[in-house]
Amino acid sequence: MKETFDFSIVTTWLHQLLSGCMPAWLATTTECVIIAVVLLAAYSLIAMAYIMYERWVCAWIQCRLGPRRVGPWGLLQVFADVIKILQKELITLWKSDKFLHNLAPYLVLVASMLTFACLPWGRGLQIIDFNIGAFFIIAVSSIGVLGILLAGWSSNSKYTLIGAMRSGAQMISYELSVGLSVLTVVCLAGTMSITGIVETQADGWFLFKGHLPAIIAFIIYVVAANAENNRGPFDLPEAEHELTAGYHTEYSGIHFGFFYLAEYLNLFIVSGIAALLFLGGWQPLHVPGWEGFNEMMNCIPSLIWFLGKAFFMTFIFMWIRWSFPRVRIDQMLALEWRYLMPIGLVNLVLMAIVVTQGWHF
Amino acid sequence: MADLQQQIAALCPQAEFDSTGEFLLVTVPDAQWHALARALKEQLGFDYLTALVGVDWKETLGVVYYITNSDTQEMIHVKVTTDNREQPMLHSVSDIWAVANYQEREVYDFYGIIFINHPDMRRFFLRNDWVGYPLRKDYDASEKLNPLRLEDEQNEDDTCSWVEDEKGNVARVAGKVFDDDEYVINVGPQHPSTHGVMRYRASLDGEIVKKVDVVSGYIHRGIEKMCESLTYPQTLLYTERMDYMAAHINRHALCLCIEKAMGLEVPRRAELIRLIMDELMRLSSHLLSYGCLTMDQGATTAFFYGFRDRELIYDIFDRTCGARMSMSYATIGGVVADVHPDFIKDVRHACDVIEKNLKEYHKLFTGNVIAVNRMKGVGVLDRADALNYAITGPSGRASGVHCDVRKTHPYSLYNEFDFDEVIRTEGDSMARYKVRMDEMVQSIKILRQACDKFEAEEGNEYIAKVPKMIKLPAGHWYQQVEASRGAFGVYLESDGDPKPFQKPYRLHFQTPCFNLVGIVDLTCKDNMIADLITITASIDYVIPDIDR
Amino acid sequence: MEVKIKSMKHDDFKNNEYIDGLVEQIRASGTNIVVGKLNDLLNWGISNSLWPFCFGTSCCAIEFMCLGAARYDMARFGFEVARNSPRQADYIMCQGTITYRMAPALKRLYEQMAEPKYVIACGSCTVSGGPFKNSYCVVKGIDEIIPVDVYIPGCPPRPEAFFYGLIQLQRKIKVQKYFGGVNRKEKKMEYVPDGKE
Repeated sequence: MKETFDFSIVTTWLHQLLSGCMPAWLATTTECVIIAVVLLAAYSLIAMAYIMYERWVCAWIQCRLGPRRVGPWGLLQVFADVIKILQKELITLWKSDKFLHNLAPYLVLVASMLTFACLPWGRGLQIIDFNIGAFFIIAVSSIGVLGILLAGWSSNSKYTLIGAMRSGAQMISYELSVGLSVLTVVCLAGTMSITGIVETQADGWFLFKGHLPAIIAFIIYVVAANAENNRGPFDLPEAEHELTAGYHTEYSGIHFGFFYLAEYLNLFIVSGIAALLFLGGWQPLHVPGWEGFNEMMNCIPSLIWFLGKAFFMTFIFMWIRWSFPRVRIDQMLALEWRYLMPIGLVNLVLMAIVVTQGWHF
Repeated sequence: MADLQQQIAALCPQAEFDSTGEFLLVTVPDAQWHALARALKEQLGFDYLTALVGVDWKETLGVVYYITNSDTQEMIHVKVTTDNREQPMLHSVSDIWAVANYQEREVYDFYGIIFINHPDMRRFFLRNDWVGYPLRKDYDASEKLNPLRLEDEQNEDDTCSWVEDEKGNVARVAGKVFDDDEYVINVGPQHPSTHGVMRYRASLDGEIVKKVDVVSGYIHRGIEKMCESLTYPQTLLYTERMDYMAAHINRHALCLCIEKAMGLEVPRRAELIRLIMDELMRLSSHLLSYGCLTMDQGATTAFFYGFRDRELIYDIFDRTCGARMSMSYATIGGVVADVHPDFIKDVRHACDVIEKNLKEYHKLFTGNVIAVNRMKGVGVLDRADALNYAITGPSGRASGVHCDVRKTHPYSLYNEFDFDEVIRTEGDSMARYKVRMDEMVQSIKILRQACDKFEAEEGNEYIAKVPKMIKLPAGHWYQQVEASRGAFGVYLESDGDPKPFQKPYRLHFQTPCFNLVGIVDLTCKDNMIADLITITASIDYVIPDIDR
Repeated sequence: MEVKIKSMKHDDFKNNEYIDGLVEQIRASGTNIVVGKLNDLLNWGISNSLWPFCFGTSCCAIEFMCLGAARYDMARFGFEVARNSPRQADYIMCQGTITYRMAPALKRLYEQMAEPKYVIACGSCTVSGGPFKNSYCVVKGIDEIIPVDVYIPGCPPRPEAFFYGLIQLQRKIKVQKYFGGVNRKEKKMEYVPDGKE
């Protein structure tokens, strides 16, 4: 089968070019710097694109127009927001732990950036291919909860504290369900490497390949990821109408901007992971038997496939967010511990049976 | 009425009666009042304290209680006075009708009347460092006494009550609202979901609300005092700025009250226009409360749907009255101007669109499993409590109280219309929400009938002949209407001043939201913070209507 | 130099003297091109990303909700990100009567906001006390408490009036000096932390 363009050609070429003209340590350092710059740029661009995307989708759902006036079709809106937020005053609070208060937004940002760094964007387009990639993603993404807890605690305000407590309870609980559904996929793929998982989906996405357990795992993942991400209907930590702005009530300027950015980036990350684990990542859509169709799909670059799938998943998340009311804290925990987690565990066993019996496609 | 008079006379021989007014007036000395009140409630079934009005009659201070028997809808009013102006004291009836709790605090705030045995005798609307009692006729309004203070109020937790012992001695007992070790959070005065500037101080245990202390008055504008220095047509202005979501209806109420006092006959066509406007207002208000209830639970899209359809109603107001809100349309004797030529067409169109879209609302929100879990069985208010707290309007009807003024004391032309009073018995947030949704259907039904009647109406009279100077005879009147949030009452007292530009001696607005806020503590206790938001949204009050 | 607002001409606005005066002032004082351009860029950003803090006390708040709803949709201008925390908002949209009891809260919220911050007074109550001017406990205009940038009269103002006011605020921001001097008039406030040790 003809494969789409492999991006590792470019990276290998770059590596050879650099090694050719400088010592190995310098080449590695230069590569690291290039990667960091590209990553940061991609990070902020994606976050900005997502902010616009959210505003337009939400406007569309609510029969509105959304940003239209700043720049052509409102495209420059988010740049204006960034300029505005960069020059905003940073308020330091009296009687609060200033170090922790200032540290918290960076922790949240770092957590999302680390996760972001290990997503494969296209064939060969990734920074490092861990053999325990799936495990790493779950591990680093949970650093974020630390930042949120710190933010709520160090602000010395009752609202933020309640927000932080909710978020702690929520994110740690739903981490389990996310982990279980990722584990289900790992079980099906037989590898923990994200690239490996994507490559095993070349002949069919896991959502279609894995029978019932994969579909259940997907649904659990969508629900749990929504909660993990503090998005509606699980946006309790920042429940606007209960806690004004939740854990980041006391943050201003770019510190608040970091929370805001991280929120959207996390949205991209969970949609990206959903795409990688269930929708074949950067693999094109192939329908067995339709050769012409498959050829045509192969012409679309893998990067576009990945982004397209991520954006599609995001659309679903946004759709859910803007239609559902918010759950209550006890209902949210009941949903996790009474339903999602037991179902996830049973589902894992089911998947193991399916895999050992070879019932999947 | 005579029968009732005998019954009351048997209960309290000291009572004096006057049956010349619209309702039987009973004057009771303060010493006998508490016992009579208990007997009225327990023996004669007067379980619904409709209004409690403090009045300053220059020599005496006193309170007028309007009490209704919720079964027979019979209404009487009782006058209790004291001639001590230095430290006036009356007996509290808050242990008999729970609604009197906040209302007595309001009277204390305005007139300085101390209610003996009241559990929590703090000011209700004004700052606790306020000097003087503003609604007294001899109040000194100088800025020196009460300047604009920019520092916060101190000692908010301090409260007191005046307790009477067995020998009849009254002593002040200080108390605290919250203990020192309680975790108290402030919801408001500026909070996204208090729908204005209400302030709750909620004591929490984890996420569970233990006690809610209502701190009101952040939008208290002293409307009642200002009305005493305006002529009757001028006072109409303020009615629209209390419950701005029932602007037409409130204004209608004051118009009806003044017309009743004048003995003025309003043309049928004008009355129809007012009625159509009232129902449109009710629709608009219920759409807003749908929007706010959904938004407070995080379903933002539903909010926009509600607002989309409200624009249709605003358009009608805009075309006919020239304003989207605060229309100033109804006036004494009719309405200020004739309707727009397309009025009926627009109303019919709005009815059709809203009726169609109501299905969409139900699809979007009502059946949603999260919404059901959030609202069903949450914040239950049973019928006895609803009556005790004098809860009217959709919230009262959700608890099974038959309290639609359009049915119980029909005013305007409502007795000609065929519509149902929506009553549910669950009393939870879901029931309150559903009552509102069903009432919209009824409003549409009324509107359609009204459009037919309006088209059949001949002539183009929209206002009666009203004298240039409105003078009322001495006396007092009480008029109730069904506003979008419950029974809205107007108490009007005139001293029969013969000078031109007569001003009301006392104008009191008995607003539905004032009573609604009384049940917040009751319904939110032992629920979660998130429920506090849902319950207050489902009770659906408008703050300026509470604070006036 | 003229203050540009997309698809609105200079003459579409009334009372241009104030803005024109500021423009004159800036032109007269002269500035470095780099600093000037940077100023313009920052002002462009600030003026197009005004996040409101909705301080709604009465009827005007309902009209403000209409402004956000489908027909008027202030999201078109990028104004829709209403923040409920004053720390994150750019301007305080004061709607409705401010009473003596509310005044300390309003002042505190204003002080909690991060610079640069602006104030819009909507409705006659906030502008002057409006119909409640004679009351014993109503503040006669919020400019007694906090400095106001734009006044929107009306009882309540129509959504169109809100837009006009917001665009006036944008114009005002576009002529403010970010670097090199201050041309915003503001009473200097002394901040005394309540928990002095």
